[in-house]
Amino acid sequence: MANILDSKIPSGPIEGKWEKAKFENKLVNPANKRKHSVIVVGTGLAGASAAASLGELGYKVKAFCVHESPRRAHSVAAQGGINAAKNYQNDGDSTYRLFYDTVKGGDFRAREANVYRLAEVSASIIDQMVSQGVPFAREYGGTLANRSFGGAQVSRTFYARGQTGQQLLLGAYSQMMRQVDAGTVELRYRREMLDVVIVDGKARGIIVRNLLTGEIESHEADAVVIASGGYSNVFFLSTNAMNCAVTAAWKAHKRGAYFANPCYTQIHPTCIPVHGENQSKLTLMSESLRNDGRVWVPKAVGDKRHPNDIPENERDYYLERVYPSFGNLAPRDVASRQAKYACDEGRGVNESGKAVYLDFADAIKRLGEDKISERYGNLFEMYDKITGENPYKRPMKIYPAPHYTMGGLWVDYNLQSTIPGLFVAGEANFSDHGANRLGASALMQGLADGYFVLPYTIGNYLGGTKLDKVTTSDDAFKAAADGVRKEISTLIGIKGNRTVDSFHKELGNIMWENCGMGRNEAGLKKAIQEIPKLREEFWQNVRIPGDPNYLNVELEKAGRVADFLELGELMCRDALERQESCGGHFREEYQDKGEAKRDDEKFCHVAAWEYTGENKASVRHKEELVFDNVHLATRSYK
Amino acid sequence: MSGKNINLTLKVWRQKGPKDSGSFVEYPAKNVSEHASFLEMLDAVNEEIVAKGEEPIAFDHDCREGICGTCGFVIDGEAHGKLKATTVCQLHMRNYEDGDTLTIEPFRANSFPVIKDLMVDRSAFDRIISSGGYISQNTGNPQDANAILIPKADSDEAMSSATCIGCGACVAACKNASAALFTSAKISHMALLPQGAVEKDERALRMVAAMDSEGFGACTTTGACEAACPKEIQLTNISRMNRQYLGAVLTQRPKHKDGGAG
Repeated sequence: MANILDSKIPSGPIEGKWEKAKFENKLVNPANKRKHSVIVVGTGLAGASAAASLGELGYKVKAFCVHESPRRAHSVAAQGGINAAKNYQNDGDSTYRLFYDTVKGGDFRAREANVYRLAEVSASIIDQMVSQGVPFAREYGGTLANRSFGGAQVSRTFYARGQTGQQLLLGAYSQMMRQVDAGTVELRYRREMLDVVIVDGKARGIIVRNLLTGEIESHEADAVVIASGGYSNVFFLSTNAMNCAVTAAWKAHKRGAYFANPCYTQIHPTCIPVHGENQSKLTLMSESLRNDGRVWVPKAVGDKRHPNDIPENERDYYLERVYPSFGNLAPRDVASRQAKYACDEGRGVNESGKAVYLDFADAIKRLGEDKISERYGNLFEMYDKITGENPYKRPMKIYPAPHYTMGGLWVDYNLQSTIPGLFVAGEANFSDHGANRLGASALMQGLADGYFVLPYTIGNYLGGTKLDKVTTSDDAFKAAADGVRKEISTLIGIKGNRTVDSFHKELGNIMWENCGMGRNEAGLKKAIQEIPKLREEFWQNVRIPGDPNYLNVELEKAGRVADFLELGELMCRDALERQESCGGHFREEYQDKGEAKRDDEKFCHVAAWEYTGENKASVRHKEELVFDNVHLATRSYK
Repeated sequence: MSGKNINLTLKVWRQKGPKDSGSFVEYPAKNVSEHASFLEMLDAVNEEIVAKGEEPIAFDHDCREGICGTCGFVIDGEAHGKLKATTVCQLHMRNYEDGDTLTIEPFRANSFPVIKDLMVDRSAFDRIISSGGYISQNTGNPQDANAILIPKADSDEAMSSATCIGCGACVAACKNASAALFTSAKISHMALLPQGAVEKDERALRMVAAMDSEGFGACTTTGACEAACPKEIQLTNISRMNRQYLGAVLTQRPKHKDGGAG
């Protein structure tokens, strides 16, 4: 096990590592590429761009998604933008500065070499997407427009109105569909990956359920890429789409892929607050709104006046007060915690007391309603539809909510997991964001992994690995498929009294209360007691009506909740072990007047968990992190 | 955000599978918060149906933020319900009155076969895209993004067309079940940009042919699609598509086989 967490970071100065790796990578000649097959699970930004690139290189690609169309992947919902170190604004940006901001933003819990590569390829991503027809915002002269985002003091964010994720996804999707037309990519819709098949220690295929017919299918390949997104839906209420799940990643984890830093959840500061019992999900308001919106609460506890009746000197613009140099653009973890503090003090607004104002009155006065409408119009309309209030006339009400997960399957520099041949891309891996993700960097990572990293590293794997032929009639495939069938028939056979959603909501509540914006030892220990009990009840008392052999939405949800019930416990265990505060992981015992207090001596490492069997304690492994370039320092946004 | 609660009666189209015949079934929706979304109201009804051991109403949905295009069905004869420019996931119950009876049925079109209840198969849209809804630019080493200057007006216009979410409401609203608004939005997005303009003729020919072969009906420009579109995609896209298609047909030349020189 000694070398199992070998990060495979190339030697030499940080600026040259990726060039060196690319040169040293083994190549597969064009005629041989046709002989290799690659499975891609998930078709969001990371998956679609990987499938498109690998198909274009000549590999035989099979892409799978749970959706009815790849264009529905949740990357579509990202609003604000994508970072790139283009320095078009001449405001001091550079590859090194983007690298620096991202390492610092992640609170020194990301791997330097990966982050540098991300910054390095960021400029190519913009070139790539523009060439594929993404209609980024432009200046009148025809050049690309930029704006700034939380955690940065330069304007490096490219955007397409408030629909940047949609436009980038449609770009990557259209490139994948072009490869479908060319016959290099075979696309399977409405398929859910339920196992990875390992042959001779290498990932050689997957088992999927056809969600329309219930059929269990086996697919073989020479390598498997998991790009299945994040796991924020463990909280039930999050900004993730309803079908976002940990299932594909979790099944891989149970087959031997280590799960890294599961406790790192990003709580996004600007979401529409919870309205009631039956709420199914939370809606995010783009962080870009904080460019012009000012965040405040009343100075006085219990001030229930209409916000427009509260005079200027009775308002507390707390982000501007506490963080004068970043102000409303403080990073997400910092801004979220300050919102929580204000509400904990009783100064929250809304009937629930769990909301703060995001106010555009000054910006409208300064720039005019038209300009604000041009910048954020669709977001304002969305807010109006959901809340029935007009944000041009009164401030928006916002509150933090679970949004993005920085933890995920552990990967080395080549994005390969601890299972040879199993690669992990985008939000599903843990690699680039450390303990916090800065705005506009998730889209960047998904596309970097898919377009510019995997095509090289998968080639290196295929070019340098001896792979025997496997077929889906081999024993390993049969055993995996039988296991999947057995789990489904167990679930269907329970015929209990409680709905799937009721379990999911209860789990979500345990997670939010004990492993949410703040965590402490007592709460985490309590959650670690409660979750196994809930899991046990689930397996005895869940009710799934209908037949497994055709479309059965309750069965789909049940499988996902079963996996969340296991993941949730691991998240709490990880949070308990990490006795420090960093980024989105705020252990209340480790703080300095409300600011996260890291412990670099004991915890400057990645925690990677090994699955050891059902109801057995997972084993925690460490990958030490070394900061040669951006020196360990306390983050300050003041 | 407290508010009033209302009681409704739902007449929902239930259909077991593509080959089964369907019928309307009545369900009460009681004590619905006016702040709930339409889909959250259906979630609550489904919880009661499941508690009785019956199968819940199947409907497509995912992001519930109005952007993924997954949701969509017909409420009282209108695709995505009665609000303009709104997906059904963004339609909130404050728009209904206590005691209302609502009729809920799937998008109806031959090219969108019903999968179950309110879910339909819209994969025909993906096949239209794979027939040419892309730019044939290889990945790898494109020129610097600012080397292609695009006037803001053109870029904005392309963006307006590109915001189509592919939900299929346009098809459901059209008496001919035409996919002209969807197809033309994509064709316009690409053709308005210099990167896409070079292959606009070929694209228009291929995408229109794919649309026809999927069995979508002809466009007679009644504008029902535009009225139902949650993203306000405009009819001008259809004019642009028609002009391009016609131009491409009139100037179509036999393809040269340009072999390499070895």
